Amino acid sequence: MELAIHAEGLRKRYGDFEALRGLSLSVPAGQVLGVLGPNGAGKTTTVRILSTLLTPDAGFARVAGFDVVKQRKDVQRAIGLTGQYAAVDEQLSGRENLVMIGMLQRFSRKQAKLRADELLHQFDLVEAGTRPSGKYSGGMRRRLDLAASLINQPSVLFLDEPTTGLDPASRQTLWAIIRKQVAAGVTCLLTTQYLEEADQLADRIVVVDKGQIIAEGTADQLKDQVGGARLDVTVGDPAQQTMAAHTLSGVTAAQPTLAEDGRGVSVQLTRGMTDVAEAAVALQRSGIPVVDFAVRRPSLDDVFLSLTGQNRASDEQSAAAPERSPA
Amino acid sequence: MSTAVVDGVVCVERHLRHLIRTPGKLVNAVLLPMIFALLFGLLFGSVIEVPNGGYEEFIMAGIFVQGVMTAVPNSAVGAVEDLRNGLIDRFRSLPMSNSAVLIGRTVGDMVLRALSCVAMAGVGLAIGWRVHTSFLEVAAGFALLLFFGFTVAWVGALIGLSVGNAETAASVPSVLLMPVMFLSNAFIPLTGLPDWLRVVAEWNPLSAIVGACRELWGNPSASNSGSFPTENPVLLSVVWMVAILAVVAPLAVRKYQTAAAG
Ligand SMILES: Nc1ncnc2c1ncn2[C@@H]1O[C@H](COP(=O)(O)OP(=O)(O)OP(=O)(O)O)[C@@H](O)[C@H]1O
Ligand SMILES: [Mg+2]
Repeated sequence: MELAIHAEGLRKRYGDFEALRGLSLSVPAGQVLGVLGPNGAGKTTTVRILSTLLTPDAGFARVAGFDVVKQRKDVQRAIGLTGQYAAVDEQLSGRENLVMIGMLQRFSRKQAKLRADELLHQFDLVEAGTRPSGKYSGGMRRRLDLAASLINQPSVLFLDEPTTGLDPASRQTLWAIIRKQVAAGVTCLLTTQYLEEADQLADRIVVVDKGQIIAEGTADQLKDQVGGARLDVTVGDPAQQTMAAHTLSGVTAAQPTLAEDGRGVSVQLTRGMTDVAEAAVALQRSGIPVVDFAVRRPSLDDVFLSLTGQNRASDEQSAAAPERSPA
Repeated sequence: MSTAVVDGVVCVERHLRHLIRTPGKLVNAVLLPMIFALLFGLLFGSVIEVPNGGYEEFIMAGIFVQGVMTAVPNSAVGAVEDLRNGLIDRFRSLPMSNSAVLIGRTVGDMVLRALSCVAMAGVGLAIGWRVHTSFLEVAAGFALLLFFGFTVAWVGALIGLSVGNAETAASVPSVLLMPVMFLSNAFIPLTGLPDWLRVVAEWNPLSAIVGACRELWGNPSASNSGSFPTENPVLLSVVWMVAILAVVAPLAVRKYQTAAAG
Protein backbone atom coordinates (compact mmCIF):
# COMPACT_ATOMS: atom_id res chain seq x y z
CA MET A 1 0.00 0.00 0.00
CA GLU A 2 1.20 3.52 -0.72
CA LEU A 3 2.49 5.28 2.39
CA ALA A 4 1.50 8.92 2.83
CA ILE A 5 3.64 9.30 5.94
CA HIS A 6 6.73 7.25 6.57
CA ALA A 7 9.21 7.98 9.33
CA GLU A 8 12.18 5.82 10.29
CA GLY A 9 14.31 6.12 13.40
CA LEU A 10 13.57 9.77 14.18
CA ARG A 11 15.76 11.21 16.90
CA LYS A 12 15.70 14.68 18.39
CA ARG A 13 17.46 16.05 21.41
CA TYR A 14 17.01 19.38 23.15
CA GLY A 15 20.24 20.02 24.97
CA ASP A 16 20.75 17.01 27.22
CA PHE A 17 17.21 15.82 26.88
CA GLU A 18 16.36 13.26 24.23
CA ALA A 19 12.78 13.99 23.18
CA LEU A 20 12.67 11.37 20.40
CA ARG A 21 14.65 8.17 20.63
CA GLY A 22 14.34 6.44 17.29
CA LEU A 23 10.68 6.80 16.53
CA SER A 24 9.31 5.08 13.44
CA LEU A 25 5.81 5.18 12.08
CA SER A 26 3.95 4.91 8.82
CA VAL A 27 0.48 5.80 7.63
CA PRO A 28 -0.99 4.36 4.43
CA ALA A 29 -2.65 6.93 2.17
CA GLY A 30 -6.19 7.72 3.22
CA GLN A 31 -5.86 6.36 6.74
CA VAL A 32 -5.91 8.02 10.13
CA LEU A 33 -3.16 7.33 12.61
CA GLY A 34 -3.78 8.27 16.22
CA VAL A 35 -0.66 9.13 18.18
CA LEU A 36 -1.42 8.66 21.81
CA GLY A 37 0.86 9.67 24.62
CA PRO A 38 1.15 11.49 27.94
CA ASN A 39 2.56 15.00 28.35
CA GLY A 40 6.12 15.22 27.14
CA ALA A 41 5.97 11.95 25.21
CA GLY A 42 7.23 13.62 22.04
CA LYS A 43 3.99 13.96 20.09
CA THR A 44 4.45 17.61 19.17
CA THR A 45 8.12 17.05 18.37
CA THR A 46 7.11 14.29 15.95
CA VAL A 47 4.48 16.47 14.28
CA ARG A 48 6.94 19.36 14.01
CA ILE A 49 9.49 17.17 12.27
CA LEU A 50 6.93 15.71 9.87
CA SER A 51 5.58 19.17 9.02
CA THR A 52 9.09 20.57 8.29
CA LEU A 53 9.21 22.86 11.34
CA LEU A 54 12.03 20.94 12.95
CA THR A 55 14.99 19.04 11.55
CA PRO A 56 15.58 15.62 13.09
CA ASP A 57 19.03 14.82 14.48
CA ALA A 58 18.83 11.37 12.94
CA GLY A 59 16.43 9.27 10.92
CA PHE A 60 14.40 10.29 7.92
CA ALA A 61 10.81 10.95 7.03
CA ARG A 62 8.81 11.20 3.85
CA VAL A 63 5.44 12.89 3.70
CA ALA A 64 3.27 12.70 0.58
CA GLY A 65 6.28 11.17 -1.13
CA PHE A 66 8.68 14.01 -0.31
CA ASP A 67 11.62 14.09 2.08
CA VAL A 68 10.80 16.44 4.97
CA VAL A 69 14.35 17.78 5.11
CA LYS A 70 15.43 17.86 1.47
CA GLN A 71 12.10 18.69 -0.17
CA ARG A 72 10.57 21.01 2.38
CA LYS A 73 8.63 23.21 -0.05
CA ASP A 74 7.04 20.18 -1.74
CA VAL A 75 6.02 18.80 1.63
CA GLN A 76 4.65 22.21 2.66
CA ARG A 77 2.47 22.40 -0.45
CA ALA A 78 1.03 18.96 0.26
CA ILE A 79 0.27 19.23 3.97
CA GLY A 80 -2.02 21.03 6.35
CA LEU A 81 -0.95 21.65 9.93
CA THR A 82 -3.13 22.37 12.90
CA GLY A 83 -0.72 22.97 15.74
CA GLN A 84 -1.27 22.41 19.42
CA TYR A 85 -2.24 26.08 19.86
CA ALA A 86 -4.74 27.64 17.46
CA ALA A 87 -2.54 29.82 15.27
CA VAL A 88 -4.68 32.72 14.17
CA ASP A 89 -3.78 36.37 13.78
CA GLU A 90 -6.05 37.82 16.44
CA GLN A 91 -6.11 41.29 14.93
CA LEU A 92 -7.29 40.08 11.56
CA SER A 93 -10.80 38.92 10.89
CA GLY A 94 -11.42 35.26 10.19
CA ARG A 95 -11.74 35.98 6.50
CA GLU A 96 -8.57 38.09 6.39
CA ASN A 97 -6.72 35.27 8.12
CA LEU A 98 -7.82 32.79 5.50
CA VAL A 99 -7.12 35.07 2.54
CA MET A 100 -3.64 35.76 3.90
CA ILE A 101 -2.83 32.06 4.33
CA GLY A 102 -4.36 31.33 0.93
CA MET A 103 -2.06 33.81 -0.78
CA LEU A 104 0.93 32.43 1.09
CA GLN A 105 -0.18 29.01 -0.20
CA ARG A 106 0.35 30.50 -3.67
CA PHE A 107 -3.27 31.24 -4.56
CA SER A 108 -3.98 34.45 -6.45
CA ARG A 109 -5.80 37.05 -4.37
CA LYS A 110 -9.04 36.28 -6.19
CA GLN A 111 -8.70 32.52 -5.72
CA ALA A 112 -7.75 33.02 -2.09
CA LYS A 113 -10.91 35.05 -1.44
CA LEU A 114 -13.09 32.45 -3.12
CA ARG A 115 -11.49 29.67 -1.14
CA ALA A 116 -11.79 31.67 2.10
CA ASP A 117 -15.52 32.21 1.61
CA GLU A 118 -15.98 28.57 0.77
CA LEU A 119 -14.23 27.51 3.97
CA LEU A 120 -16.04 30.08 6.15
CA HIS A 121 -19.28 28.66 4.87
CA GLN A 122 -18.17 25.07 5.39
CA PHE A 123 -16.99 25.77 8.95
CA ASP A 124 -20.01 27.79 9.95
CA LEU A 125 -18.00 30.99 10.35
CA VAL A 126 -19.70 33.18 7.74
CA GLU A 127 -21.20 35.53 10.28
CA ALA A 128 -18.07 35.70 12.41
CA GLY A 129 -15.91 36.00 9.31
CA THR A 130 -15.71 39.77 9.40
CA ARG A 131 -14.99 40.09 13.12
CA PRO A 132 -11.45 40.11 14.58
CA SER A 133 -10.57 36.51 15.35
CA GLY A 134 -9.21 37.56 18.74
CA LYS A 135 -12.83 37.83 19.86
CA TYR A 136 -13.69 34.26 18.85
CA SER A 137 -14.52 31.51 21.33
CA GLY A 138 -12.08 28.64 21.72
CA GLY A 139 -14.15 26.42 19.46
CA MET A 140 -14.41 29.05 16.73
CA ARG A 141 -10.67 29.69 16.84
CA ARG A 142 -10.01 25.99 16.47
CA ARG A 143 -12.35 25.84 13.50
CA LEU A 144 -10.69 28.82 11.89
CA ASP A 145 -7.29 27.27 12.53
CA LEU A 146 -8.42 24.02 10.96
CA ALA A 147 -9.91 25.91 8.02
CA ALA A 148 -6.57 27.66 7.52
CA SER A 149 -4.79 24.33 7.39
CA LEU A 150 -7.21 23.05 4.74
CA ILE A 151 -6.89 25.99 2.34
CA ASN A 152 -4.55 24.17 0.00
CA GLN A 153 -6.67 21.01 0.08
CA PRO A 154 -3.82 19.05 1.62
CA SER A 155 -3.43 15.35 0.98
CA VAL A 156 -1.88 14.91 4.42
CA LEU A 157 -3.24 16.60 7.51
CA PHE A 158 -1.44 16.90 10.85
CA LEU A 159 -3.56 17.59 13.88
CA ASP A 160 -1.76 18.17 17.17
CA GLU A 161 -4.27 17.75 20.01
CA PRO A 162 -7.00 19.40 17.94
CA THR A 163 -9.68 19.28 20.62
CA THR A 164 -7.72 19.94 23.80
CA GLY A 165 -9.57 22.52 25.85
CA LEU A 166 -12.80 22.35 23.87
CA ASP A 167 -16.24 21.68 25.28
CA PRO A 168 -17.96 18.42 24.24
CA ALA A 169 -20.12 20.11 21.59
CA SER A 170 -17.15 21.83 19.93
CA ARG A 171 -15.26 18.57 20.09
CA GLN A 172 -18.06 16.76 18.26
CA THR A 173 -18.11 19.50 15.59
CA LEU A 174 -14.40 19.20 15.08
CA TRP A 175 -14.56 15.43 14.90
CA ALA A 176 -17.24 15.71 12.22
CA ILE A 177 -15.01 18.05 10.20
CA ILE A 178 -12.07 15.71 10.50
CA ARG A 179 -14.19 12.71 9.49
CA LYS A 180 -15.31 14.60 6.41
CA GLN A 181 -11.71 15.20 5.40
CA VAL A 182 -10.92 11.54 5.90
CA ALA A 183 -13.94 10.54 3.83
CA ALA A 184 -12.57 12.76 1.07
CA GLY A 185 -9.37 10.71 1.11
CA VAL A 186 -7.11 12.88 3.25
CA THR A 187 -4.44 11.06 5.25
CA CYS A 188 -4.43 12.15 8.86
CA LEU A 189 -1.98 12.02 11.71
CA LEU A 190 -3.69 13.01 14.91
CA THR A 191 -2.07 13.33 18.30
CA THR A 192 -4.21 13.25 21.36
CA GLN A 193 -4.30 12.57 25.05
CA TYR A 194 -7.92 11.50 24.81
CA LEU A 195 -8.31 7.82 24.26
CA GLU A 196 -11.84 8.31 23.18
CA GLU A 197 -10.67 10.61 20.42
CA ALA A 198 -8.18 8.08 19.08
CA ASP A 199 -10.82 5.37 19.37
CA GLN A 200 -13.36 7.50 17.49
CA LEU A 201 -11.19 8.80 14.67
CA ALA A 202 -8.19 6.59 14.13
CA ASP A 203 -7.82 3.48 12.00
CA ARG A 204 -4.66 2.64 13.81
CA ILE A 205 -3.09 3.86 17.03
CA VAL A 206 0.50 4.15 18.16
CA VAL A 207 1.22 4.72 21.81
CA VAL A 208 4.24 6.96 22.38
CA ASP A 209 6.10 7.32 25.62
CA LYS A 210 9.47 8.95 26.32
CA GLY A 211 10.18 9.45 22.64
CA GLN A 212 9.50 5.91 21.55
CA ILE A 213 6.61 3.89 20.28
CA ILE A 214 5.71 1.35 22.92
CA ALA A 215 2.68 -0.23 21.27
CA GLU A 216 0.73 -0.08 18.07
CA GLY A 217 -2.29 -1.59 16.45
CA THR A 218 -5.99 -1.03 16.04
CA ALA A 219 -7.93 -0.03 19.13
CA ASP A 220 -9.14 -3.64 19.42
CA GLN A 221 -5.67 -5.12 19.08
CA LEU A 222 -4.38 -2.83 21.78
CA LYS A 223 -7.21 -3.79 24.05
CA ASP A 224 -6.49 -7.48 23.51
CA GLN A 225 -2.88 -6.80 24.30
CA VAL A 226 -3.70 -5.83 27.88
CA GLY A 227 -5.61 -9.03 28.30
CA GLY A 228 -9.24 -9.99 28.27
CA ALA A 229 -12.22 -8.68 30.13
CA ARG A 230 -11.94 -7.02 33.51
CA LEU A 231 -14.04 -7.15 36.61
CA ASP A 232 -14.80 -3.84 38.31
CA VAL A 233 -15.99 -3.99 41.88
CA THR A 234 -17.11 -0.94 43.83
CA VAL A 235 -17.39 -1.11 47.60
CA GLY A 236 -19.69 1.13 49.64
CA ASP A 237 -17.13 2.05 52.27
CA PRO A 238 -13.64 3.28 51.21
CA ALA A 239 -12.20 1.61 54.29
CA GLN A 240 -13.00 -1.71 52.69
CA GLN A 241 -11.31 -1.09 49.34
CA THR A 242 -8.08 -2.85 50.35
CA MET A 243 -10.01 -5.68 51.93
CA ALA A 244 -11.95 -6.23 48.71
CA ALA A 245 -8.70 -6.25 46.73
CA HIS A 246 -7.30 -8.80 49.14
CA THR A 247 -10.36 -10.97 48.78
CA LEU A 248 -10.25 -10.81 44.98
CA SER A 249 -6.55 -11.57 44.85
CA GLY A 250 -7.36 -14.83 46.60
CA VAL A 251 -9.32 -16.08 43.63
CA THR A 252 -7.90 -14.37 40.49
CA ALA A 253 -4.55 -15.02 38.86
CA ALA A 254 -3.99 -11.35 38.07
CA GLN A 255 -3.29 -8.74 40.70
CA PRO A 256 -6.18 -6.35 41.40
CA THR A 257 -5.62 -2.61 41.09
CA LEU A 258 -7.18 0.04 43.31
CA ALA A 259 -9.07 2.88 41.68
CA GLU A 260 -8.18 6.44 42.62
CA ASP A 261 -11.70 7.15 43.81
CA GLY A 262 -10.95 5.01 46.86
CA ARG A 263 -13.85 2.65 46.33
CA GLY A 264 -13.15 0.78 43.12
CA VAL A 265 -11.13 -2.38 42.61
CA SER A 266 -10.39 -3.71 39.15
CA VAL A 267 -8.93 -7.03 38.14
CA GLN A 268 -8.18 -8.81 34.90
CA LEU A 269 -10.11 -12.02 34.31
CA THR A 270 -7.86 -14.79 33.07
CA ARG A 271 -10.30 -17.64 33.56
CA GLY A 272 -13.41 -15.91 32.30
CA MET A 273 -16.64 -16.87 34.06
CA THR A 274 -14.86 -19.05 36.59
CA ASP A 275 -13.11 -15.95 37.93
CA VAL A 276 -16.38 -14.04 37.99
CA ALA A 277 -18.19 -16.78 39.89
CA GLU A 278 -15.42 -17.32 42.41
CA ALA A 279 -15.00 -13.58 42.93
CA ALA A 280 -18.71 -13.22 43.64
CA VAL A 281 -18.67 -16.03 46.12
CA ALA A 282 -15.52 -14.80 47.85
CA LEU A 283 -16.92 -11.30 48.23
CA GLN A 284 -20.18 -12.67 49.49
CA ARG A 285 -18.39 -14.74 52.14
CA SER A 286 -16.19 -11.84 53.23
CA GLY A 287 -19.28 -9.83 54.01
CA ILE A 288 -17.96 -6.68 52.29
CA PRO A 289 -20.93 -4.65 51.03
CA VAL A 290 -20.53 -4.33 47.25
CA VAL A 291 -22.46 -1.58 45.46
CA ASP A 292 -21.34 -2.42 41.94
CA PHE A 293 -20.05 -5.58 40.31
CA ALA A 294 -19.44 -5.37 36.54
CA VAL A 295 -17.55 -7.18 33.82
CA ARG A 296 -16.27 -5.01 30.97
CA ARG A 297 -13.95 -5.07 27.94
CA PRO A 298 -10.66 -3.24 28.59
CA SER A 299 -10.85 0.42 27.57
CA LEU A 300 -8.07 2.27 25.84
CA ASP A 301 -7.47 3.83 29.24
CA ASP A 302 -6.40 0.46 30.53
CA VAL A 303 -4.08 0.08 27.57
CA PHE A 304 -2.66 3.50 28.05
CA LEU A 305 -2.15 3.15 31.76
CA SER A 306 -0.70 -0.31 31.66
CA LEU A 307 1.68 0.58 28.82
CA THR A 308 2.91 3.94 30.01
CA GLY A 309 2.94 2.84 33.63
CA GLN A 310 1.17 6.02 34.56
CA ASN A 311 -1.20 4.38 36.98
CA ARG A 312 -0.99 6.06 40.34
CA ALA A 313 -3.34 3.45 41.76
CA SER A 314 -1.00 0.62 40.89
CA ASP A 315 1.92 2.44 42.49
CA GLU A 316 -0.02 2.91 45.68
CA GLN A 317 -1.21 -0.62 45.47
CA SER A 318 2.27 -2.11 45.75
CA ALA A 319 2.51 -0.40 49.11
CA ALA A 320 -1.06 -0.71 50.34
CA ALA A 321 -2.46 -3.88 48.85
CA PRO A 322 -1.64 -7.32 50.11
CA GLU A 323 0.65 -9.64 48.21
CA ARG A 324 -1.25 -11.94 45.96
CA SER A 325 -1.44 -15.32 47.61
CA PRO A 326 -0.31 -18.04 45.23
CA ALA A 327 -3.30 -19.99 44.01
CA MET B 1 5.44 38.26 -9.50
CA SER B 2 7.99 36.13 -7.74
CA THR B 3 6.90 34.29 -4.63
CA ALA B 4 9.17 36.33 -2.37
CA VAL B 5 7.56 39.57 -3.55
CA VAL B 6 4.01 38.25 -3.15
CA ASP B 7 4.83 36.94 0.32
CA GLY B 8 6.41 40.26 1.26
CA VAL B 9 3.37 42.21 0.04
CA VAL B 10 0.97 39.90 1.92
CA CYS B 11 2.96 40.27 5.12
CA VAL B 12 3.25 44.05 4.85
CA GLU B 13 -0.49 44.16 4.27
CA ARG B 14 -0.96 42.16 7.45
CA HIS B 15 0.93 44.78 9.44
CA LEU B 16 -0.92 47.67 7.88
CA ARG B 17 -4.16 46.04 9.00
CA HIS B 18 -2.71 45.71 12.50
CA LEU B 19 -1.98 49.43 12.43
CA ILE B 20 -5.57 50.29 11.68
CA ARG B 21 -6.90 47.81 14.25
CA THR B 22 -4.71 48.90 17.18
CA PRO B 23 -5.13 52.59 17.87
CA GLY B 24 -3.08 52.08 21.04
CA LYS B 25 0.01 51.50 18.97
CA LEU B 26 -0.66 54.68 17.03
CA VAL B 27 -0.95 56.69 20.21
CA ASN B 28 2.29 55.22 21.44
CA ALA B 29 4.10 55.95 18.21
CA VAL B 30 2.65 59.37 17.52
CA LEU B 31 1.66 61.02 20.77
CA LEU B 32 4.61 59.98 22.88
CA PRO B 33 7.30 61.51 20.64
CA MET B 34 5.16 64.63 20.32
CA ILE B 35 5.07 65.06 24.08
CA PHE B 36 8.74 64.33 24.21
CA ALA B 37 9.52 66.95 21.59
CA LEU B 38 7.43 69.49 23.38
CA LEU B 39 8.98 68.86 26.80
CA PHE B 40 12.56 68.68 25.62
CA GLY B 41 12.24 71.66 23.33
CA LEU B 42 10.61 73.89 25.91
CA LEU B 43 12.41 72.64 29.02
CA PHE B 44 15.99 72.28 27.89
CA GLY B 45 15.75 74.98 25.25
CA SER B 46 16.25 77.58 27.88
CA VAL B 47 19.17 75.95 29.73
CA ILE B 48 21.35 74.14 27.22
CA GLU B 49 23.63 76.23 25.07
CA VAL B 50 24.36 75.14 21.52
CA PRO B 51 27.44 76.47 19.70
CA ASN B 52 25.77 77.84 16.59
CA GLY B 53 22.02 78.18 16.73
CA GLY B 54 19.00 77.65 18.98
CA TYR B 55 18.46 74.51 21.04
CA GLU B 56 15.06 73.94 19.38
CA GLU B 57 16.80 73.60 16.05
CA PHE B 58 19.44 71.38 17.58
CA ILE B 59 17.24 69.06 19.60
CA MET B 60 14.75 68.05 16.91
CA ALA B 61 17.02 65.62 15.06
CA GLY B 62 17.65 63.90 18.40
CA ILE B 63 13.93 63.77 19.12
CA PHE B 64 13.23 62.29 15.70
CA VAL B 65 15.82 59.56 16.18
CA GLN B 66 14.62 58.83 19.69
CA GLY B 67 11.03 58.61 18.42
CA VAL B 68 11.96 56.30 15.57
CA MET B 69 13.76 54.03 18.01
CA THR B 70 10.40 52.95 19.46
CA ALA B 71 10.55 50.58 16.49
CA VAL B 72 12.85 48.35 18.54
CA PRO B 73 10.55 47.37 21.43
CA ASN B 74 7.57 47.55 19.11
CA SER B 75 8.88 44.97 16.69
CA ALA B 76 10.43 42.89 19.49
CA VAL B 77 7.09 42.54 21.26
CA GLY B 78 5.30 41.90 17.96
CA ALA B 79 7.73 39.12 17.07
CA VAL B 80 7.23 37.51 20.47
CA GLU B 81 3.45 37.62 20.02
CA ASP B 82 3.71 35.92 16.65
CA LEU B 83 5.93 33.29 18.18
CA ARG B 84 3.78 32.70 21.26
CA ASN B 85 0.45 32.30 19.56
CA GLY B 86 1.82 29.81 17.07
CA LEU B 87 1.58 32.05 14.02
CA ILE B 88 5.25 31.67 13.21
CA ASP B 89 4.76 27.89 13.26
CA ARG B 90 1.90 28.29 10.83
CA PHE B 91 3.92 30.56 8.53
CA ARG B 92 6.87 28.23 8.66
CA SER B 93 4.71 25.32 7.59
CA LEU B 94 3.72 27.19 4.42
CA PRO B 95 5.65 27.10 1.16
CA MET B 96 6.61 30.74 1.56
CA SER B 97 9.76 32.83 1.58
CA ASN B 98 11.78 32.61 4.79
CA SER B 99 12.28 36.33 5.19
CA ALA B 100 8.80 37.55 4.23
CA VAL B 101 7.32 37.51 7.73
CA LEU B 102 10.11 39.68 9.13
CA ILE B 103 10.16 41.90 6.06
CA GLY B 104 6.45 42.43 6.57
CA ARG B 105 7.06 43.42 10.17
CA THR B 106 9.95 45.79 9.48
CA VAL B 107 8.54 47.40 6.35
CA GLY B 108 5.09 47.68 7.92
CA ASP B 109 6.66 49.35 10.91
CA MET B 110 8.16 52.06 8.66
CA VAL B 111 4.65 53.32 7.95
CA LEU B 112 4.13 53.84 11.65
CA ARG B 113 7.48 55.62 11.88
CA ALA B 114 6.53 57.89 8.99
CA LEU B 115 3.32 58.90 10.77
CA SER B 116 5.27 59.47 13.93
CA CYS B 117 7.78 61.67 12.05
CA VAL B 118 4.98 63.80 10.63
CA ALA B 119 3.61 64.32 14.14
CA MET B 120 7.01 65.19 15.55
CA ALA B 121 7.71 67.57 12.70
CA GLY B 122 4.45 69.35 13.54
CA VAL B 123 5.46 69.86 17.14
CA GLY B 124 8.96 70.82 16.09
CA LEU B 125 7.69 73.53 13.76
CA ALA B 126 5.43 74.79 16.53
CA ILE B 127 8.28 75.19 19.02
CA GLY B 128 10.55 76.93 16.54
CA TRP B 129 12.42 74.22 14.67
CA ARG B 130 13.14 75.13 11.04
CA VAL B 131 14.93 73.50 8.12
CA HIS B 132 17.28 75.59 5.99
CA THR B 133 18.07 73.37 3.04
CA SER B 134 16.58 72.32 -0.29
CA PHE B 135 13.52 70.13 -0.46
CA LEU B 136 15.64 67.22 -1.67
CA GLU B 137 18.02 67.45 1.26
CA VAL B 138 15.18 67.67 3.75
CA ALA B 139 13.53 64.66 2.12
CA ALA B 140 16.84 62.80 2.18
CA GLY B 141 17.02 63.43 5.92
CA PHE B 142 13.61 61.88 6.45
CA ALA B 143 14.42 58.98 4.11
CA LEU B 144 17.52 58.32 6.20
CA LEU B 145 15.39 58.38 9.35
CA LEU B 146 13.01 55.81 7.90
CA PHE B 147 15.90 53.62 6.81
CA PHE B 148 17.16 53.91 10.36
CA GLY B 149 13.71 52.84 11.61
CA PHE B 150 13.79 49.84 9.25
CA THR B 151 17.25 48.87 10.52
CA VAL B 152 16.38 49.07 14.20
CA ALA B 153 13.10 47.21 13.60
CA TRP B 154 15.26 44.26 12.46
CA VAL B 155 17.25 44.63 15.66
CA GLY B 156 13.97 44.51 17.57
CA ALA B 157 12.81 41.41 15.67
CA LEU B 158 16.08 39.67 16.49
CA ILE B 159 15.72 40.58 20.16
CA GLY B 160 12.10 39.39 20.25
CA LEU B 161 12.84 36.05 18.57
CA SER B 162 15.85 35.54 20.84
CA VAL B 163 14.20 36.28 24.19
CA GLY B 164 10.81 34.80 23.31
CA ASN B 165 9.03 36.55 26.16
CA ALA B 166 6.98 39.72 25.91
CA GLU B 167 8.11 41.43 29.12
CA THR B 168 11.77 40.83 28.36
CA ALA B 169 11.23 41.87 24.76
CA ALA B 170 9.77 45.15 25.96
CA SER B 171 12.46 45.93 28.52
CA VAL B 172 15.66 44.64 26.91
CA PRO B 173 15.67 47.32 24.20
CA SER B 174 15.43 50.21 26.66
CA VAL B 175 18.14 48.77 28.89
CA LEU B 176 20.33 48.22 25.85
CA LEU B 177 19.60 51.46 24.05
CA MET B 178 19.29 53.99 26.85
CA PRO B 179 23.06 54.28 27.39
CA VAL B 180 23.69 54.36 23.64
CA MET B 181 21.14 57.13 23.30
CA PHE B 182 22.60 59.29 26.05
CA LEU B 183 26.15 58.64 24.96
CA SER B 184 25.37 60.35 21.69
CA ASN B 185 24.92 63.85 20.35
CA ALA B 186 21.12 63.48 20.38
CA PHE B 187 20.36 65.81 23.29
CA ILE B 188 23.62 67.51 24.14
CA PRO B 189 26.42 69.16 22.22
CA LEU B 190 29.59 67.09 22.45
CA THR B 191 31.92 70.06 22.81
CA GLY B 192 32.07 69.93 26.58
CA LEU B 193 32.90 66.21 26.90
CA PRO B 194 36.30 64.81 27.88
CA ASP B 195 38.24 63.80 24.77
CA TRP B 196 37.90 60.02 25.03
CA LEU B 197 34.18 60.23 25.73
CA ARG B 198 33.72 62.66 22.87
CA VAL B 199 35.41 60.25 20.44
CA VAL B 200 33.18 57.40 21.59
CA ALA B 201 30.09 59.57 21.30
CA GLU B 202 31.10 60.82 17.86
CA TRP B 203 31.50 57.31 16.45
CA ASN B 204 28.24 56.16 18.04
CA PRO B 205 25.88 55.10 15.22
CA LEU B 206 23.13 57.17 16.79
CA SER B 207 25.32 60.26 16.64
CA ALA B 208 25.92 59.52 12.99
CA ILE B 209 22.24 59.40 12.12
CA VAL B 210 21.39 62.43 14.28
CA GLY B 211 24.33 64.33 12.80
CA ALA B 212 23.28 63.34 9.29
CA CYS B 213 19.77 64.74 9.84
CA ARG B 214 21.20 67.97 11.26
CA GLU B 215 23.46 68.36 8.27
CA LEU B 216 20.73 67.55 5.76
CA TRP B 217 18.30 69.97 7.43
CA GLY B 218 20.81 72.73 8.05
CA ASN B 219 20.45 72.51 11.83
CA PRO B 220 23.30 73.27 14.24
CA SER B 221 25.73 70.36 14.74
CA ALA B 222 26.82 68.94 18.05
CA SER B 223 30.52 69.26 17.65
CA ASN B 224 33.02 71.31 15.71
CA SER B 225 35.97 69.10 16.49
CA GLY B 226 36.55 68.54 12.75
CA SER B 227 36.88 64.77 13.26
CA PHE B 228 35.89 62.33 10.52
CA PRO B 229 32.53 61.33 12.02
CA THR B 230 31.43 64.92 12.60
CA GLU B 231 32.48 65.94 9.09
CA ASN B 232 30.88 62.95 7.31
CA PRO B 233 27.75 62.05 9.25
CA VAL B 234 25.65 61.12 6.21
CA LEU B 235 28.23 58.71 4.85
CA LEU B 236 28.93 57.28 8.29
CA SER B 237 25.26 56.76 9.11
CA VAL B 238 24.62 54.91 5.86
CA VAL B 239 27.67 52.72 6.44
CA TRP B 240 26.56 52.02 10.00
CA MET B 241 23.03 51.08 9.02
CA VAL B 242 24.07 48.87 6.12
CA ALA B 243 26.58 47.14 8.38
CA ILE B 244 24.04 46.62 11.17
CA LEU B 245 21.45 45.32 8.70
CA ALA B 246 23.96 42.98 7.09
CA VAL B 247 24.63 41.37 10.45
CA VAL B 248 21.25 41.54 12.15
CA ALA B 249 18.82 40.66 9.33
CA PRO B 250 20.38 37.27 8.47
CA LEU B 251 20.63 36.44 12.18
CA ALA B 252 16.96 37.32 12.66
CA VAL B 253 15.92 35.20 9.67
CA ARG B 254 17.97 32.31 11.05
CA LYS B 255 16.26 32.67 14.41
CA TYR B 256 12.90 32.72 12.64
CA GLN B 257 13.71 29.52 10.76
CA THR B 258 14.43 27.61 13.96
CA ALA B 259 11.90 29.40 16.16
CA ALA B 260 9.54 27.28 18.20
CA ALA B 261 6.37 28.23 19.98
CA GLY B 262 5.57 27.08 23.49
N1 LIG C 1 12.22 23.68 22.32
C1 LIG C 1 12.42 22.80 23.33
N2 LIG C 1 13.47 22.93 24.15
C2 LIG C 1 13.68 22.06 25.16
N3 LIG C 1 12.90 21.01 25.42
C3 LIG C 1 11.83 20.82 24.65
C4 LIG C 1 11.52 21.71 23.56
N4 LIG C 1 10.40 21.28 22.96
C5 LIG C 1 10.02 20.18 23.64
N5 LIG C 1 10.88 19.89 24.64
C6 LIG C 1 10.79 18.75 25.56
O1 LIG C 1 10.70 17.57 24.80
C7 LIG C 1 9.76 16.68 25.35
C8 LIG C 1 8.74 16.30 24.32
O2 LIG C 1 7.99 17.42 24.02
P1 LIG C 1 6.72 17.40 23.09
O3 LIG C 1 6.22 18.81 23.01
O4 LIG C 1 7.05 16.73 21.82
O5 LIG C 1 5.72 16.51 23.95
P2 LIG C 1 4.17 16.25 23.71
O6 LIG C 1 4.02 14.78 23.63
O7 LIG C 1 3.67 17.05 22.58
O8 LIG C 1 3.57 16.76 25.09
P3 LIG C 1 2.19 17.54 25.38
O9 LIG C 1 1.15 16.50 25.51
O10 LIG C 1 2.47 18.21 26.69
O11 LIG C 1 1.95 18.50 24.27
C9 LIG C 1 9.16 17.39 26.56
O12 LIG C 1 9.76 16.87 27.72
C10 LIG C 1 9.52 18.83 26.38
O13 LIG C 1 9.75 19.43 27.62
MG1 LIG D 1 2.36 18.55 22.40
